[in-house]
Amino acid sequence: MLLIECPYCGERPELEFSHGGQAHIARAQNPSEVSADEWTNFLYMRDNVKGVHAERWRHTHGCGRFFNALRDTMTDHFVGTYKVGEQPPVAAGAQADRKVQS
Amino acid sequence: MQPFSGLSLLRGGLSGQRGWKQQWRKAQPKAAYDAVIVGGGGHGLGAAYYLAKEHGLQNIAVLEKSWIGGGNTGRNTTIIRSNYLFAESAALYDHALRLWETLSQQLNYNMMFSQRGVLMLAHTVHDVHTSKRHVHANRAAGVDNEWLTASQAQAFCPVLNINDIRYPVLGAALQRRGGTARHDAVAWGFARAADALGVDIVENCEVTGIQRDSQGAVAAVETTRGLIRTPKVGVCAAGHTSVIMKMVGLQLPLESFPLQALVSEPVKPIFPCVVMSNTIHAYISQSDKGELVIGAGTDAYTSYTQRGGLHIDSHALEAICELFPMFRRLRMLRTWGGIVDVTPDRSPIIAKTPVPGLYVNCGWGTGGFKATPGSAHVFAHTIAHDEPHPVNAPFTIERFRDGHLIDEAAAAAVAH
Repeated sequence: MLLIECPYCGERPELEFSHGGQAHIARAQNPSEVSADEWTNFLYMRDNVKGVHAERWRHTHGCGRFFNALRDTMTDHFVGTYKVGEQPPVAAGAQADRKVQS
Repeated sequence: MQPFSGLSLLRGGLSGQRGWKQQWRKAQPKAAYDAVIVGGGGHGLGAAYYLAKEHGLQNIAVLEKSWIGGGNTGRNTTIIRSNYLFAESAALYDHALRLWETLSQQLNYNMMFSQRGVLMLAHTVHDVHTSKRHVHANRAAGVDNEWLTASQAQAFCPVLNINDIRYPVLGAALQRRGGTARHDAVAWGFARAADALGVDIVENCEVTGIQRDSQGAVAAVETTRGLIRTPKVGVCAAGHTSVIMKMVGLQLPLESFPLQALVSEPVKPIFPCVVMSNTIHAYISQSDKGELVIGAGTDAYTSYTQRGGLHIDSHALEAICELFPMFRRLRMLRTWGGIVDVTPDRSPIIAKTPVPGLYVNCGWGTGGFKATPGSAHVFAHTIAHDEPHPVNAPFTIERFRDGHLIDEAAAAAVAH
């Protein structure tokens, strides 16, 4: 079981959290002007990174708040967690090759 | 290829089993092939076999980064069934089931395919409604499935506890043609038969890049054992499909999760069928070695580690202990994880990609083993003809854009 650091509550066991999928996927500002391909990318296409992955977690059975995390999917070790709206912490070895949209 | 027969087994027995030859070559990669399959699991080896057998492409190779059958082919719980809800899925999985029924004879290799029946339990009124809907949909699609009352289910699987349980068993759907097969034999049987047709099976050969020509079509694959030129690449890389597709800049609707399974210490034959429960979440059968083979769920997060949390296993075992109280004192022998590539609609993708010459067979999620021969057969057709077989035509990447999802989340029988 993972030990996850909620930015609001501190370290808690994984069972208190829900995984929210890939982070930093912003919904279009003008939905009616967005093409089918752009909707497909927003709804379904995912990086599925093998390496450091930016993802959302929710402290469901705690404070209830969403936050983001950088986790290495090859080891399951967390590089760090950060609040929504903040930039990902750039850790040594982190492959921050993704475009952050929000 | 040295064929197996009753006579050859007898001869082997009388000569101390010393006359058996190597069943397939350890091939070295050549500089060029007519087609290359990436991934030496059941789906990839099977695709190579059908390409050589039915489509005449014999100058082909299967590239496996590790050893064949060492990924999800060797890590699943070997359950085979075809009772999926939608017509597209029923056609695909039943195509596979019909191939399973003659595969041992066709490959001259014992798959230990056993149609012992798959019992899917209903524990709530909602379960009963959805199960009956499945039964009717399957029968309308020509796939066998029948509804059993709780006591009929217990008669079919006598060790099943139907009453003294938090969520009593209210009934079950039974597919009698479903069952199990020996997972390693599937990889080895396809490898042996493909090798006999001239296919090179290259192990310890990881694909590290895909080269394209001036038109953007596939020209070669870069591997840890050198460059291999080929106009056609079929990817059967399961949990690592996204990694391969990234080499040509393609993103797919896939997320890779760890899925765990475990086996108990071996015991005498006690369990006559396969039992699956969606609601309290467990599935179980007994292998011919006597081990109870138990499937757990996926972890909550994406990962490539091939291991998962212990609480996932505990959760499955709690359900097993409720359903089969006599197993409470059994000890577990091993647990392991595989990385499964899950699509948003829980149906696979077997299709051409936007890159000419690049084909993909992925997204089998938590249930790819059952489809192995069918998947391999239609994928080989797709690669050979550069267009899908009618059975896999609906399983495109574009269905996510066009809204033609094949939403089988419920049919998977265990939560993903």
